[in-house]
Amino acid sequence: MDAAQLAVESLTLRFGGVTALRDVSFAVARGSITAIVGPNGAGKTSMLNAISGVYRPRSGRILLDGEDLIRLSPHARTRRGLARTFQNIALFKGMTVLDNLLIGRHTHQRRGIFAGGLYYGPGAREEQANRLVVEEIIDFLEIQRIRKAIVGTLAYGLQKRVELARALALEPRILLLDEPMAGMNAEEKEDMARFVVDTNEDRGTTVVMIEHDMDVVMDLSSHVVVLNFGSKIGDGPPEAVRRDPRVQEAFLGQDDAEAAAEG
Amino acid sequence: MPADDQQARAAAPVEREDGRDTFPKLLAANAERFGARTALREKDLGIWQATTWRQYHDHVRDLSLGLISLGIRRGDKVAIIGDNRPAWVYAELAAQGAGGVSVGIYQDSSLTEVAYVIDHSEAAFVVAEDQEQVDKILEVIERLPRVRHVVYDDPRGLRHYRHPALISFQAVEERGRELARESPGLWAESVAAGRADDLAIICYTSGTTGFPKGAMLTFRNLLSMADNLNLVDAKLPADEFVSFLPLAWIGEQMMSLSASLAVGFTINFPEAPDTVMEDIREIGPHVIFAPPRIWENINSTVQVKIMDTTRFKRFMYRLCMPVGYEVADRRFQGKPVPPALRIAHRLGDWLLFRALKDRLGLTRVRSCSTGGAALGPDVFRFFHALGVPLRQIYGQTEISGISCVHAGDDIRFHTVGRPIPGTEIRISERGEILSRSASVFAGYYKDEAATRAALAPDAGGPWLHSGDAGYLTEDGHLVVIDRMKDVMQLADGTTFSPQYVENRLKFSPYVKEAVVIGKDRPYLAAMLCIDLGTVGKWAENHKLAYTTYTDLAAKPEVYELLHEEVAGVNETLPAAARIRRFVLLYKELDADDEELTRTRKVRRGFVEQRYQEVIAALYGEARQVPIDAVIRFQDGKTARLRTTLRVRELDEVALAGAEAGAR
Repeated sequence: MDAAQLAVESLTLRFGGVTALRDVSFAVARGSITAIVGPNGAGKTSMLNAISGVYRPRSGRILLDGEDLIRLSPHARTRRGLARTFQNIALFKGMTVLDNLLIGRHTHQRRGIFAGGLYYGPGAREEQANRLVVEEIIDFLEIQRIRKAIVGTLAYGLQKRVELARALALEPRILLLDEPMAGMNAEEKEDMARFVVDTNEDRGTTVVMIEHDMDVVMDLSSHVVVLNFGSKIGDGPPEAVRRDPRVQEAFLGQDDAEAAAEG
Repeated sequence: MPADDQQARAAAPVEREDGRDTFPKLLAANAERFGARTALREKDLGIWQATTWRQYHDHVRDLSLGLISLGIRRGDKVAIIGDNRPAWVYAELAAQGAGGVSVGIYQDSSLTEVAYVIDHSEAAFVVAEDQEQVDKILEVIERLPRVRHVVYDDPRGLRHYRHPALISFQAVEERGRELARESPGLWAESVAAGRADDLAIICYTSGTTGFPKGAMLTFRNLLSMADNLNLVDAKLPADEFVSFLPLAWIGEQMMSLSASLAVGFTINFPEAPDTVMEDIREIGPHVIFAPPRIWENINSTVQVKIMDTTRFKRFMYRLCMPVGYEVADRRFQGKPVPPALRIAHRLGDWLLFRALKDRLGLTRVRSCSTGGAALGPDVFRFFHALGVPLRQIYGQTEISGISCVHAGDDIRFHTVGRPIPGTEIRISERGEILSRSASVFAGYYKDEAATRAALAPDAGGPWLHSGDAGYLTEDGHLVVIDRMKDVMQLADGTTFSPQYVENRLKFSPYVKEAVVIGKDRPYLAAMLCIDLGTVGKWAENHKLAYTTYTDLAAKPEVYELLHEEVAGVNETLPAAARIRRFVLLYKELDADDEELTRTRKVRRGFVEQRYQEVIAALYGEARQVPIDAVIRFQDGKTARLRTTLRVRELDEVALAGAEAGAR
């Protein structure tokens, strides 16, 4: 693998007196699936928010292909190829799936309001091209049946899939997923896992995801970063991280970890 | 059959015109004839993408030559597994164009079934739609040494697969194009070498016992079926058809391959399995063929949606539907429709039927059939009320799909219509339905014993033994009763199927459960459980006061009501096997009392044991049965119940009259 596509260097994030992230550094290799894990309150979502530009860190750098993103607004980062999903679904619930995805194409729209307002011409061609991209994603995620359904009426698992679809509509270089499988049943989880792997393999998208389910993490990811109380306590291939005593302690509590080590 | 049989038309010629007697020859001819007209359509990326007959032909040719370059030999079997997509039919025709035989596998088959069919058919090639199917094949390929190549269509998820047998559709087509450049006339020769009596497909049928059997069907079988059916149920080249049932099934083969190639109509493939209803609506097909559950599903969906719709729409529905039902009922009974009613129906069409049909994608439908199992009269009436000419068909894989169909307006709920031209139907002494036509199969693949059993030579040649019990009505309609093994006999040897009669009784909204008795007895008798909901409602509407189920079931008025229902069912039964007496049970049959299984099937033996006194009364002199029973409640408590059960005799005069009428 070549140099890291995304590099987080000495990132520190404070909210008043609370330090959410303390001097965290890690690298995401191009084409990898990197999982960020940790107990509740470890700073996982804060990390994702810092990368996507929702929070502004106190110090440190976030490099995407060598370019520092730290001073860029969230939409400027989106334009550079970052896309994300949210732990609590953030879709336009009153709109159709199709419209939600087309909105996801907004960053790729070059034509202005006048060309877009005409029925023919470059605006129409652009819209057709965008629709094609969106339709390919609909096909990819197998949501043809709900193309014209209102998002708010859909089951939770499907809404999660629609959110992934909207993120993919941006055609990102790096996809940030915040607990893509939270609240899903076993079957939905399996589907989602397959979509994440296919996104990574067939579309070549680098994936950074937060996930609680360790089985999922072990299965999917090629690299794991472990956070605890805002600090990085582990970093490496999934198997190595799982064996790391510090990680076991953080996850299981000290006594259990010792028991596990002995057992 | 009587001489005035309106359906006794000449059968289609055994030898087809211009030698178009195989699927590949027909495809080549259609490519010439129809050229740029649409042959196939698939919804992909949200748009219906059309394939012309010319493109259809070219895909098949390339793929077929590709198979030849991969070493397919004439007679080799090609197994195909996947959802309904153009690639499926390309693969079948490509195999046949190279002299091979297509073997369809149901896409939802388990590993064992997939392995069995591939192994038993000795398939040399497997065409698999996508990763899901490829995974199944690769899992068992070690046990299938005869499989030389696995061709896949959708490459998604397969990028890391390195199995040497795997090859993509595109790669095979490319090989085919290369071969075409080297030897340009090769495919035409290969197609011309095909004969009408060559095997076209092996259709595996899921038996109720043991492994599936492979029915061998020739092009002659399949095309004579299509031609003869077309004589009574005409399809036109401009028709649209939506292909959504498994292509491994004979019914779908018949429509999407035989009939489409013979007639030239367009096949549409849905976007995804769960978008079928939406896709049907968009296409608005002229021809639909679906099993009862689809029709039942549409019917109940409409009923539910009407409940939830606006008051105005519900009002229109309640205003117009009775008119539709009235017209439908008159047509069923062969009565004329008076002009006033005709005008009202036209108005109803403007106000409601047209809009409703448009919602369901049934606006243009001209030929629409149901087959495989019995469909309730209420569902039939519903569609006919809307002006959708739903009809019943009957047949089996071994006769290439269809032997009987309702023709024209001659539709009856309890029959499956008359034999199609070129088909003879006869009832054996044992009451089994036998048929004979050019479409009867060549036998089961590698199963001599089963073939002999199905095609036992009879006077004047082999007749196909269907395994179904049935009878012919006086005017030549076939009535299918049940599987032979579920049929019982009265004391005088008359056969009857308790399940058939019970199902007919249960089509009545007032009957919840029915148990029909008669094995080794002089006549049929029935024990009925009323449906508390509907009968209770009926009682309310008729100002009839009642306290409990037992009380309601004992009311003379309720007996009168059920009498009508039983008499109605009797009209559809042969005179010798009609219900002579019935009782209304004082309680519902209940799984807690072990009278039903948990899937709500009647445990016949147990029930007959438990209600032996009632049964004795049904065949005895007494008209009253004193009942002293213990009822068990869900919480385990029991209660003693004392009542008197009355045995109802159906009017002997009416019975005799009905007999005379049927004669």
